[in-house]
Amino acid sequence: MAMTARQRAKTSLNVQAGIFVVALAAVVLAVDWKTVSENVFNFAKLGPMFPGIILVGLKNTLIYTAMAFVVGLSGGLLLALMKLSSFPLYRWIATGYIEFFRGIPALLVFIAFGYGVPLAFGFTWDVNVVVTLSLGIVASAYIAETLRAGLQAVPKGQMEAARSLGMPHWRSMVTIVIPQAFKIVLPPLTNEVILLTKDSSLIYVLGLTASQYELTKFGRDGISSLGAGLTPLLVAGAFYLVVTIPLSLLARKFESRAARTKR
Amino acid sequence: MNDVEQNTSAAQVKAAGVAIKNLRKSYGTNEVLKGISLDVSPGEVVCLIGPSGSGKSTLLRCVNLLEQPNEGSIHVGGFEATDPDVDIDKMRRKVGMVFQQFNLFPHLNVLRNCTVAQTKVLKRSQAEADEVARRNLEHVGLGHLADRFPDQLSGGQQQRVAIARALSMDPQLMLFDEPTSALDPETVGDVLAVMRNLARSGMTMLVVTHEMGFAREVADRVVFMDGGVVVEEGSAEHVVGAPTQPRTKEFLRRVLDPTHIEVVEE
Repeated sequence: MAMTARQRAKTSLNVQAGIFVVALAAVVLAVDWKTVSENVFNFAKLGPMFPGIILVGLKNTLIYTAMAFVVGLSGGLLLALMKLSSFPLYRWIATGYIEFFRGIPALLVFIAFGYGVPLAFGFTWDVNVVVTLSLGIVASAYIAETLRAGLQAVPKGQMEAARSLGMPHWRSMVTIVIPQAFKIVLPPLTNEVILLTKDSSLIYVLGLTASQYELTKFGRDGISSLGAGLTPLLVAGAFYLVVTIPLSLLARKFESRAARTKR
Repeated sequence: MNDVEQNTSAAQVKAAGVAIKNLRKSYGTNEVLKGISLDVSPGEVVCLIGPSGSGKSTLLRCVNLLEQPNEGSIHVGGFEATDPDVDIDKMRRKVGMVFQQFNLFPHLNVLRNCTVAQTKVLKRSQAEADEVARRNLEHVGLGHLADRFPDQLSGGQQQRVAIARALSMDPQLMLFDEPTSALDPETVGDVLAVMRNLARSGMTMLVVTHEMGFAREVADRVVFMDGGVVVEEGSAEHVVGAPTQPRTKEFLRRVLDPTHIEVVEE
Protein backbone atom coordinates (compact mmCIF):
# COMPACT_ATOMS: atom_id res chain seq x y z
CA MET A 1 0.00 0.00 0.00
CA ALA A 2 1.41 3.36 -0.98
CA MET A 3 1.97 5.89 1.83
CA THR A 4 1.99 9.65 1.62
CA ALA A 5 5.19 11.47 2.52
CA ARG A 6 3.67 12.53 5.81
CA GLN A 7 2.67 8.96 6.70
CA ARG A 8 6.16 7.72 5.82
CA ALA A 9 7.77 10.32 8.06
CA LYS A 10 5.45 9.42 10.94
CA THR A 11 6.12 5.70 10.56
CA SER A 12 9.84 6.35 10.48
CA LEU A 13 9.68 8.32 13.72
CA ASN A 14 7.64 5.57 15.39
CA VAL A 15 10.21 2.97 14.37
CA GLN A 16 13.04 5.12 15.74
CA ALA A 17 11.25 5.61 19.06
CA GLY A 18 10.58 1.85 19.23
CA ILE A 19 14.27 1.00 18.73
CA PHE A 20 15.23 3.49 21.44
CA VAL A 21 12.78 1.98 23.97
CA VAL A 22 13.92 -1.58 23.24
CA ALA A 23 17.60 -0.62 23.58
CA LEU A 24 16.93 1.17 26.86
CA ALA A 25 15.00 -1.83 28.21
CA ALA A 26 17.84 -4.16 27.23
CA VAL A 27 20.38 -2.06 29.13
CA VAL A 28 18.15 -1.79 32.20
CA LEU A 29 17.61 -5.56 32.21
CA ALA A 30 21.30 -6.31 31.72
CA VAL A 31 22.40 -4.25 34.73
CA ASP A 32 23.09 -6.07 37.99
CA TRP A 33 20.89 -3.79 40.06
CA LYS A 34 21.73 -5.38 43.42
CA THR A 35 25.44 -4.68 43.02
CA VAL A 36 24.81 -1.26 41.59
CA SER A 37 22.63 -0.20 44.49
CA GLU A 38 25.34 -1.32 46.94
CA ASN A 39 28.22 0.32 45.08
CA VAL A 40 26.86 3.36 43.26
CA PHE A 41 23.60 4.37 44.89
CA ASN A 42 24.54 3.52 48.45
CA PHE A 43 23.63 6.85 49.99
CA ALA A 44 23.03 5.55 53.56
CA LYS A 45 26.74 5.52 54.44
CA LEU A 46 27.58 8.97 53.11
CA GLY A 47 26.95 10.85 56.36
CA PRO A 48 30.66 11.52 57.12
CA MET A 49 31.09 13.26 53.74
CA PHE A 50 28.89 16.13 54.83
CA PRO A 51 29.23 18.99 55.31
CA GLY A 52 32.94 18.68 54.34
CA ILE A 53 32.29 18.05 50.66
CA ILE A 54 30.50 21.39 50.48
CA LEU A 55 32.45 23.49 52.98
CA VAL A 56 35.84 22.21 51.85
CA GLY A 57 35.47 20.32 48.56
CA LEU A 58 33.06 22.57 46.70
CA LYS A 59 34.67 25.67 48.18
CA ASN A 60 38.16 24.62 47.06
CA THR A 61 36.94 23.68 43.59
CA LEU A 62 35.47 27.16 43.23
CA ILE A 63 38.59 28.84 44.62
CA TYR A 64 41.00 26.88 42.40
CA THR A 65 38.83 27.61 39.37
CA ALA A 66 38.57 31.31 40.14
CA MET A 67 42.31 31.73 40.74
CA ALA A 68 43.16 29.83 37.57
CA PHE A 69 40.66 31.92 35.61
CA VAL A 70 42.26 35.17 36.78
CA VAL A 71 45.68 33.91 35.67
CA GLY A 72 44.23 32.44 32.47
CA LEU A 73 42.40 35.62 31.55
CA SER A 74 45.33 37.96 32.10
CA GLY A 75 47.75 35.57 30.42
CA GLY A 76 45.29 34.93 27.63
CA LEU A 77 44.80 38.65 26.96
CA LEU A 78 48.55 39.20 26.87
CA LEU A 79 49.03 36.26 24.49
CA ALA A 80 46.16 37.38 22.25
CA LEU A 81 47.67 40.87 21.96
CA MET A 82 51.08 39.32 21.27
CA LYS A 83 49.58 37.13 18.58
CA LEU A 84 48.09 40.18 16.87
CA SER A 85 51.27 42.21 17.28
CA SER A 86 53.10 43.54 14.26
CA PHE A 87 56.37 42.46 15.88
CA PRO A 88 57.12 38.91 14.60
CA LEU A 89 59.00 37.72 17.70
CA TYR A 90 55.92 38.32 19.86
CA ARG A 91 53.75 36.43 17.39
CA TRP A 92 56.14 33.45 17.36
CA ILE A 93 56.37 33.28 21.14
CA ALA A 94 52.59 33.45 21.52
CA THR A 95 51.97 30.88 18.81
CA GLY A 96 54.54 28.49 20.30
CA TYR A 97 53.07 28.85 23.77
CA ILE A 98 49.49 28.40 22.64
CA GLU A 99 50.19 25.37 20.44
CA PHE A 100 52.34 23.72 23.13
CA PHE A 101 49.94 24.05 26.03
CA ARG A 102 46.86 23.23 23.99
CA GLY A 103 48.64 20.20 22.61
CA ILE A 104 49.68 18.42 25.81
CA PRO A 105 47.34 16.96 28.47
CA ALA A 106 46.70 19.32 31.38
CA LEU A 107 47.64 16.43 33.68
CA LEU A 108 51.25 16.63 32.49
CA VAL A 109 51.36 20.33 33.30
CA PHE A 110 50.13 19.55 36.82
CA ILE A 111 52.84 16.95 37.27
CA ALA A 112 55.48 19.27 35.81
CA PHE A 113 54.62 22.09 38.17
CA GLY A 114 53.82 19.87 41.15
CA TYR A 115 56.94 17.69 40.97
CA GLY A 116 59.19 18.64 38.06
CA VAL A 117 59.79 22.32 38.78
CA PRO A 118 60.33 21.90 42.58
CA LEU A 119 62.73 19.04 41.83
CA ALA A 120 64.65 21.06 39.26
CA PHE A 121 65.04 24.15 41.43
CA GLY A 122 65.22 22.46 44.80
CA PHE A 123 62.26 24.06 46.55
CA THR A 124 58.70 23.27 47.44
CA TRP A 125 55.71 25.49 46.88
CA ASP A 126 52.18 25.72 48.08
CA VAL A 127 49.56 23.58 46.41
CA ASN A 128 47.51 26.69 45.76
CA VAL A 129 50.35 28.12 43.71
CA VAL A 130 50.77 24.89 41.75
CA VAL A 131 47.07 24.69 40.92
CA THR A 132 46.78 28.35 40.01
CA LEU A 133 49.85 28.23 37.80
CA SER A 134 49.23 24.88 36.10
CA LEU A 135 45.56 25.45 35.46
CA GLY A 136 46.07 29.12 34.65
CA ILE A 137 48.83 28.41 32.16
CA VAL A 138 46.74 25.84 30.32
CA ALA A 139 43.67 28.07 30.47
CA SER A 140 45.58 31.07 29.12
CA ALA A 141 46.45 29.12 25.98
CA TYR A 142 42.80 28.37 25.27
CA ILE A 143 41.54 31.79 26.34
CA ALA A 144 44.17 33.47 24.15
CA GLU A 145 42.67 31.93 21.02
CA THR A 146 39.15 32.89 22.11
CA LEU A 147 40.21 36.47 22.81
CA ARG A 148 42.17 36.74 19.58
CA ALA A 149 39.05 35.79 17.65
CA GLY A 150 37.08 38.35 19.66
CA LEU A 151 39.60 41.13 19.05
CA GLN A 152 39.56 40.38 15.34
CA ALA A 153 35.76 40.39 15.29
CA VAL A 154 35.70 44.06 16.32
CA PRO A 155 35.32 45.99 13.05
CA LYS A 156 38.48 47.69 11.78
CA GLY A 157 36.61 50.99 11.67
CA GLN A 158 36.52 51.10 15.47
CA MET A 159 40.30 51.27 15.71
CA GLU A 160 40.41 53.79 12.85
CA ALA A 161 37.83 56.02 14.52
CA ALA A 162 39.71 55.90 17.82
CA ARG A 163 43.06 56.62 16.14
CA SER A 164 41.57 59.45 14.09
CA LEU A 165 40.49 61.09 17.37
CA GLY A 166 44.14 61.16 18.39
CA MET A 167 44.12 58.15 20.71
CA PRO A 168 47.41 56.23 20.70
CA HIS A 169 47.27 52.55 19.66
CA TRP A 170 47.32 51.12 23.20
CA ARG A 171 44.71 53.61 24.40
CA SER A 172 42.42 52.69 21.48
CA MET A 173 42.88 49.04 22.37
CA VAL A 174 42.13 49.49 26.06
CA THR A 175 39.24 51.93 25.75
CA ILE A 176 37.57 50.97 22.50
CA VAL A 177 38.55 47.57 21.10
CA ILE A 178 39.08 45.32 24.14
CA PRO A 179 35.74 46.16 25.85
CA GLN A 180 33.89 45.28 22.65
CA ALA A 181 35.93 42.11 22.19
CA PHE A 182 35.04 40.97 25.71
CA LYS A 183 31.36 41.41 24.98
CA ILE A 184 31.75 39.23 21.90
CA VAL A 185 33.65 36.47 23.70
CA LEU A 186 31.50 36.36 26.84
CA PRO A 187 29.72 33.11 25.83
CA PRO A 188 32.87 31.15 24.85
CA LEU A 189 34.65 32.59 27.91
CA THR A 190 31.92 31.20 30.15
CA ASN A 191 32.49 27.83 28.53
CA GLU A 192 36.18 28.14 29.40
CA VAL A 193 35.18 28.52 33.05
CA ILE A 194 33.17 25.29 32.80
CA LEU A 195 36.19 23.46 31.38
CA LEU A 196 38.39 24.94 34.12
CA THR A 197 35.97 23.82 36.83
CA LYS A 198 36.27 20.25 35.61
CA ASP A 199 40.03 20.42 35.00
CA SER A 200 40.57 21.51 38.59
CA SER A 201 39.89 17.82 39.44
CA LEU A 202 43.36 17.00 38.05
CA ILE A 203 44.80 18.27 41.29
CA TYR A 204 44.41 14.73 42.62
CA VAL A 205 47.90 13.87 41.30
CA LEU A 206 49.41 16.23 43.88
CA GLY A 207 49.87 15.46 47.54
CA LEU A 208 47.11 17.32 49.33
CA THR A 209 46.29 17.93 52.96
CA ALA A 210 42.66 17.42 53.94
CA SER A 211 41.91 21.14 53.94
CA GLN A 212 43.08 21.37 50.30
CA TYR A 213 40.75 18.64 48.97
CA GLU A 214 38.45 19.64 46.17
CA LEU A 215 35.38 17.75 44.97
CA THR A 216 37.03 14.88 43.09
CA LYS A 217 39.64 14.26 45.76
CA PHE A 218 36.86 14.24 48.32
CA GLY A 219 35.00 11.66 46.27
CA ARG A 220 38.05 9.45 45.82
CA ASP A 221 38.80 9.69 49.50
CA GLY A 222 35.24 8.62 50.26
CA ILE A 223 35.60 5.55 48.06
CA SER A 224 38.36 4.15 50.25
CA SER A 225 37.00 5.20 53.64
CA LEU A 226 33.21 4.91 53.56
CA GLY A 227 32.55 1.44 52.16
CA ALA A 228 29.84 2.72 49.87
CA GLY A 229 31.60 1.76 46.66
CA LEU A 230 31.66 4.48 44.02
CA THR A 231 28.76 6.41 45.53
CA PRO A 232 30.94 9.28 46.88
CA LEU A 233 32.18 9.93 43.36
CA LEU A 234 28.58 10.10 42.14
CA VAL A 235 27.89 12.77 44.74
CA ALA A 236 31.01 14.69 43.73
CA GLY A 237 29.85 14.55 40.13
CA ALA A 238 26.47 15.96 41.15
CA PHE A 239 28.20 18.93 42.78
CA TYR A 240 30.10 19.64 39.55
CA LEU A 241 26.75 19.86 37.80
CA VAL A 242 25.52 22.26 40.46
CA VAL A 243 28.31 24.59 39.30
CA THR A 244 28.46 23.90 35.58
CA ILE A 245 24.77 23.86 34.64
CA PRO A 246 24.11 27.43 35.88
CA LEU A 247 27.28 28.53 34.03
CA SER A 248 26.00 26.83 30.92
CA LEU A 249 22.67 28.63 31.25
CA LEU A 250 24.56 31.88 31.75
CA ALA A 251 26.53 31.30 28.55
CA ARG A 252 23.29 30.71 26.67
CA LYS A 253 21.85 33.93 28.07
CA PHE A 254 24.94 35.86 26.93
CA GLU A 255 24.57 34.27 23.52
CA SER A 256 20.94 35.24 23.07
CA ARG A 257 21.68 38.74 24.31
CA ALA A 258 24.50 39.05 21.78
CA ALA A 259 22.18 37.81 19.04
CA ARG A 260 19.56 40.38 20.03
CA THR A 261 21.86 43.39 19.99
CA LYS A 262 23.42 42.44 16.68
CA ARG A 263 21.77 44.16 13.76
CA MET B 1 16.15 70.14 10.47
CA ASN B 2 15.25 73.71 11.19
CA ASP B 3 16.87 73.59 14.60
CA VAL B 4 19.97 72.29 12.88
CA GLU B 5 19.95 75.28 10.56
CA GLN B 6 19.61 77.79 13.34
CA ASN B 7 21.92 76.43 15.96
CA THR B 8 25.23 76.10 14.23
CA SER B 9 26.31 79.12 12.28
CA ALA B 10 27.49 81.24 15.23
CA ALA B 11 30.82 79.78 16.33
CA GLN B 12 33.84 80.66 14.23
CA VAL B 13 36.57 78.04 14.17
CA LYS B 14 40.31 78.26 13.97
CA ALA B 15 41.01 76.61 10.65
CA ALA B 16 44.14 74.99 9.23
CA GLY B 17 45.14 74.53 5.63
CA VAL B 18 46.44 71.45 3.83
CA ALA B 19 49.25 71.22 1.29
CA ILE B 20 49.66 67.95 -0.59
CA LYS B 21 52.59 67.60 -2.97
CA ASN B 22 53.19 64.86 -5.48
CA LEU B 23 51.57 62.17 -3.35
CA ARG B 24 51.97 58.56 -4.40
CA LYS B 25 50.45 55.49 -2.83
CA SER B 26 50.58 51.87 -3.99
CA TYR B 27 49.10 48.64 -2.73
CA GLY B 28 51.59 46.07 -3.95
CA THR B 29 51.95 46.78 -7.66
CA ASN B 30 48.66 48.64 -7.86
CA GLU B 31 49.36 52.38 -7.80
CA VAL B 32 46.26 54.10 -6.41
CA LEU B 33 47.59 57.65 -6.20
CA LYS B 34 49.86 58.68 -9.04
CA GLY B 35 51.37 61.95 -7.90
CA ILE B 36 48.57 64.09 -6.48
CA SER B 37 49.12 67.74 -5.59
CA LEU B 38 46.37 69.66 -3.87
CA ASP B 39 46.29 72.78 -1.71
CA VAL B 40 43.43 73.62 0.59
CA SER B 41 43.43 77.06 2.20
CA PRO B 42 42.28 77.60 5.78
CA GLY B 43 38.48 77.81 5.79
CA GLU B 44 38.13 76.42 2.29
CA VAL B 45 35.68 73.62 1.44
CA VAL B 46 36.94 71.22 -1.21
CA CYS B 47 34.83 68.36 -2.55
CA LEU B 48 36.57 65.36 -4.06
CA ILE B 49 34.46 63.58 -6.65
CA GLY B 50 35.14 60.72 -8.99
CA PRO B 51 34.28 57.07 -9.73
CA SER B 52 34.98 54.39 -7.12
CA GLY B 53 38.57 53.24 -7.31
CA SER B 54 39.70 56.68 -8.43
CA GLY B 55 41.76 57.08 -5.23
CA LYS B 56 39.76 59.88 -3.60
CA SER B 57 39.11 58.01 -0.35
CA THR B 58 42.72 56.87 -0.20
CA LEU B 59 43.86 60.48 -0.66
CA LEU B 60 41.61 61.57 2.20
CA ARG B 61 42.87 58.76 4.45
CA CYS B 62 46.47 59.71 3.68
CA VAL B 63 45.87 63.18 5.11
CA ASN B 64 45.47 61.84 8.65
CA LEU B 65 47.74 58.89 7.97
CA LEU B 66 45.16 56.12 8.18
CA GLU B 67 47.01 55.18 5.00
CA GLN B 68 50.76 55.61 4.75
CA PRO B 69 51.78 57.32 1.51
CA ASN B 70 54.81 55.96 -0.36
CA GLU B 71 56.03 59.26 -1.75
CA GLY B 72 55.36 62.96 -1.59
CA SER B 73 54.54 65.27 1.26
CA ILE B 74 51.49 66.40 3.22
CA HIS B 75 51.41 69.47 5.43
CA VAL B 76 48.47 69.94 7.79
CA GLY B 77 48.45 73.11 9.87
CA GLY B 78 51.90 73.23 11.40
CA PHE B 79 52.54 69.51 10.94
CA GLU B 80 54.33 67.65 8.21
CA ALA B 81 52.32 64.41 8.20
CA THR B 82 54.86 62.67 6.00
CA ASP B 83 57.77 63.39 8.35
CA PRO B 84 58.73 60.02 9.88
CA ASP B 85 59.25 61.72 13.26
CA VAL B 86 55.86 63.44 13.33
CA ASP B 87 53.73 62.85 16.43
CA ILE B 88 50.82 61.25 14.62
CA ASP B 89 48.48 61.38 17.62
CA LYS B 90 49.15 65.05 18.20
CA MET B 91 48.50 65.82 14.56
CA ARG B 92 45.29 63.79 14.46
CA ARG B 93 43.84 65.86 17.30
CA LYS B 94 43.69 68.75 14.84
CA VAL B 95 42.07 66.67 12.13
CA GLY B 96 38.51 65.42 12.52
CA MET B 97 37.40 62.45 10.45
CA VAL B 98 33.89 61.34 9.54
CA PHE B 99 33.52 57.87 8.06
CA GLN B 100 31.04 56.39 5.61
CA GLN B 101 30.06 53.75 8.19
CA PHE B 102 29.92 56.27 11.11
CA ASN B 103 32.13 54.04 13.31
CA LEU B 104 30.51 55.20 16.53
CA PHE B 105 31.62 53.25 19.58
CA PRO B 106 28.67 50.89 20.19
CA HIS B 107 29.55 50.20 23.84
CA LEU B 108 29.41 53.89 24.78
CA ASN B 109 26.36 56.13 24.81
CA VAL B 110 26.14 59.19 22.58
CA LEU B 111 27.59 61.56 25.19
CA ARG B 112 30.49 59.23 26.04
CA ASN B 113 31.22 58.80 22.33
CA CYS B 114 31.79 62.54 22.25
CA THR B 115 33.76 62.76 25.50
CA VAL B 116 36.02 59.69 25.56
CA ALA B 117 38.79 61.19 23.42
CA GLN B 118 38.45 64.57 25.11
CA THR B 119 39.18 63.10 28.54
CA LYS B 120 41.73 60.49 27.46
CA VAL B 121 43.61 62.53 24.86
CA LEU B 122 43.07 66.20 25.67
CA LYS B 123 42.95 65.45 29.42
CA ARG B 124 39.86 67.58 29.87
CA SER B 125 37.85 67.05 33.03
CA GLN B 126 34.70 64.99 32.64
CA ALA B 127 32.58 68.06 33.40
CA GLU B 128 34.30 70.18 30.77
CA ALA B 129 34.17 67.36 28.22
CA ASP B 130 30.46 66.87 28.90
CA GLU B 131 29.83 70.55 28.34
CA VAL B 132 31.75 70.61 25.05
CA ALA B 133 30.02 67.42 23.89
CA ARG B 134 26.54 68.71 24.76
CA ARG B 135 27.22 71.96 22.92
CA ASN B 136 28.29 70.07 19.80
CA LEU B 137 25.36 67.67 20.05
CA GLU B 138 23.07 70.70 20.21
CA HIS B 139 24.77 72.04 17.11
CA VAL B 140 23.96 68.89 15.16
CA GLY B 141 20.42 68.95 16.58
CA LEU B 142 20.77 65.87 18.80
CA GLY B 143 21.18 67.28 22.30
CA HIS B 144 18.10 65.35 23.41
CA LEU B 145 19.65 61.98 22.47
CA ALA B 146 22.81 62.23 24.60
CA ASP B 147 21.88 59.23 26.75
CA ARG B 148 20.98 56.89 23.88
CA PHE B 149 23.25 54.19 22.51
CA PRO B 150 24.33 54.23 18.85
CA ASP B 151 22.21 51.21 17.90
CA GLN B 152 19.10 53.09 19.02
CA LEU B 153 19.68 55.84 16.44
CA SER B 154 18.95 56.11 12.73
CA GLY B 155 21.87 56.23 10.30
CA GLY B 156 21.51 59.97 9.84
CA GLN B 157 21.46 60.54 13.59
CA GLN B 158 24.52 58.33 14.03
CA GLN B 159 26.40 60.28 11.39
CA ARG B 160 25.51 63.58 13.07
CA VAL B 161 26.80 62.17 16.38
CA ALA B 162 29.99 61.18 14.57
CA ILE B 163 30.35 64.77 13.38
CA ALA B 164 29.72 66.07 16.91
CA ARG B 165 32.30 63.58 18.23
CA ALA B 166 34.92 64.86 15.81
CA LEU B 167 34.06 68.52 16.51
CA SER B 168 34.38 67.96 20.26
CA MET B 169 38.14 67.69 19.77
CA ASP B 170 38.17 71.26 18.39
CA PRO B 171 39.74 70.23 15.07
CA GLN B 172 41.10 72.74 12.57
CA LEU B 173 40.34 70.54 9.59
CA MET B 174 37.52 68.08 8.93
CA LEU B 175 37.75 65.11 6.59
CA PHE B 176 34.53 63.53 5.33
CA ASP B 177 34.75 60.14 3.62
CA GLU B 178 31.47 59.67 1.75
CA PRO B 179 29.49 60.73 4.82
CA THR B 180 26.05 60.20 3.26
CA SER B 181 26.67 57.11 1.12
CA ALA B 182 25.45 54.64 3.76
CA LEU B 183 22.35 56.63 4.70
CA ASP B 184 18.68 56.20 3.95
CA PRO B 185 17.73 58.92 1.45
CA GLU B 186 15.40 60.72 3.87
CA THR B 187 18.17 61.23 6.45
CA VAL B 188 20.78 62.55 4.02
CA GLY B 189 19.41 66.10 4.21
CA ASP B 190 19.97 66.45 7.96
CA VAL B 191 23.62 65.41 7.67
CA LEU B 192 24.22 67.73 4.71
CA ALA B 193 22.60 70.59 6.65
CA VAL B 194 25.05 70.06 9.50
CA MET B 195 27.95 70.02 7.06
CA ARG B 196 26.68 73.16 5.33
CA ASN B 197 26.59 74.99 8.65
CA LEU B 198 30.03 73.76 9.51
CA ALA B 199 31.31 75.10 6.19
CA ARG B 200 29.73 78.48 6.94
CA SER B 201 31.40 78.59 10.34
CA GLY B 202 34.75 78.72 8.56
CA MET B 203 35.95 75.14 9.00
CA THR B 204 38.41 73.77 6.47
CA MET B 205 36.71 70.75 4.93
CA LEU B 206 37.86 68.05 2.57
CA VAL B 207 34.82 66.06 1.48
CA VAL B 208 34.66 62.91 -0.62
CA THR B 209 31.10 62.83 -1.86
CA HIS B 210 28.66 61.83 -4.55
CA GLU B 211 26.22 64.57 -3.56
CA MET B 212 26.60 66.90 -6.55
CA GLY B 213 23.94 69.25 -5.20
CA PHE B 214 25.93 69.68 -2.00
CA ALA B 215 29.16 70.18 -3.95
CA ARG B 216 27.56 72.86 -6.11
CA GLU B 217 26.07 74.70 -3.19
CA VAL B 218 28.78 74.47 -0.55
CA ALA B 219 32.15 73.69 -2.14
CA ASP B 220 34.57 76.50 -2.84
CA ARG B 221 36.36 74.12 -5.14
CA VAL B 222 35.59 70.73 -6.70
CA VAL B 223 38.31 68.26 -7.62
CA PHE B 224 37.51 65.46 -10.04
CA MET B 225 39.79 62.44 -9.69
CA ASP B 226 40.04 59.38 -11.89
CA GLY B 227 42.64 56.63 -12.06
CA GLY B 228 44.74 58.11 -9.25
CA VAL B 229 45.21 61.55 -10.79
CA VAL B 230 43.42 64.89 -10.60
CA VAL B 231 41.66 65.20 -13.95
CA GLU B 232 39.96 68.53 -13.45
CA GLU B 233 39.58 71.06 -10.69
CA GLY B 234 38.01 74.43 -10.22
CA SER B 235 34.89 76.10 -8.90
CA ALA B 236 31.80 73.92 -8.50
CA GLU B 237 30.10 75.85 -11.28
CA HIS B 238 32.96 75.09 -13.57
CA VAL B 239 33.63 71.42 -12.73
CA VAL B 240 30.09 70.22 -12.05
CA GLY B 241 28.24 72.75 -14.18
CA ALA B 242 30.45 73.02 -17.26
CA PRO B 243 33.20 70.38 -17.24
CA THR B 244 35.77 70.54 -20.03
CA GLN B 245 37.41 67.09 -19.72
CA PRO B 246 35.64 64.16 -21.44
CA ARG B 247 36.14 61.88 -18.38
CA THR B 248 34.53 64.45 -16.10
CA LYS B 249 31.62 64.85 -18.49
CA GLU B 250 31.13 61.08 -18.72
CA PHE B 251 31.25 60.67 -14.93
CA LEU B 252 28.80 63.51 -14.27
CA ARG B 253 26.43 62.22 -16.94
CA ARG B 254 26.34 58.86 -15.12
CA VAL B 255 25.94 60.36 -11.67
CA LEU B 256 23.39 63.03 -12.52
CA ASP B 257 21.37 60.90 -14.91
CA PRO B 258 21.93 57.29 -13.83
CA THR B 259 18.88 55.84 -15.61
CA HIS B 260 20.44 56.43 -19.02
CA ILE B 261 22.94 53.63 -18.65
CA GLU B 262 22.46 49.91 -18.15
CA VAL B 263 24.87 49.23 -15.31
CA VAL B 264 24.84 51.60 -12.35
CA GLU B 265 27.94 51.12 -10.29
CA GLU B 266 28.17 54.22 -8.18
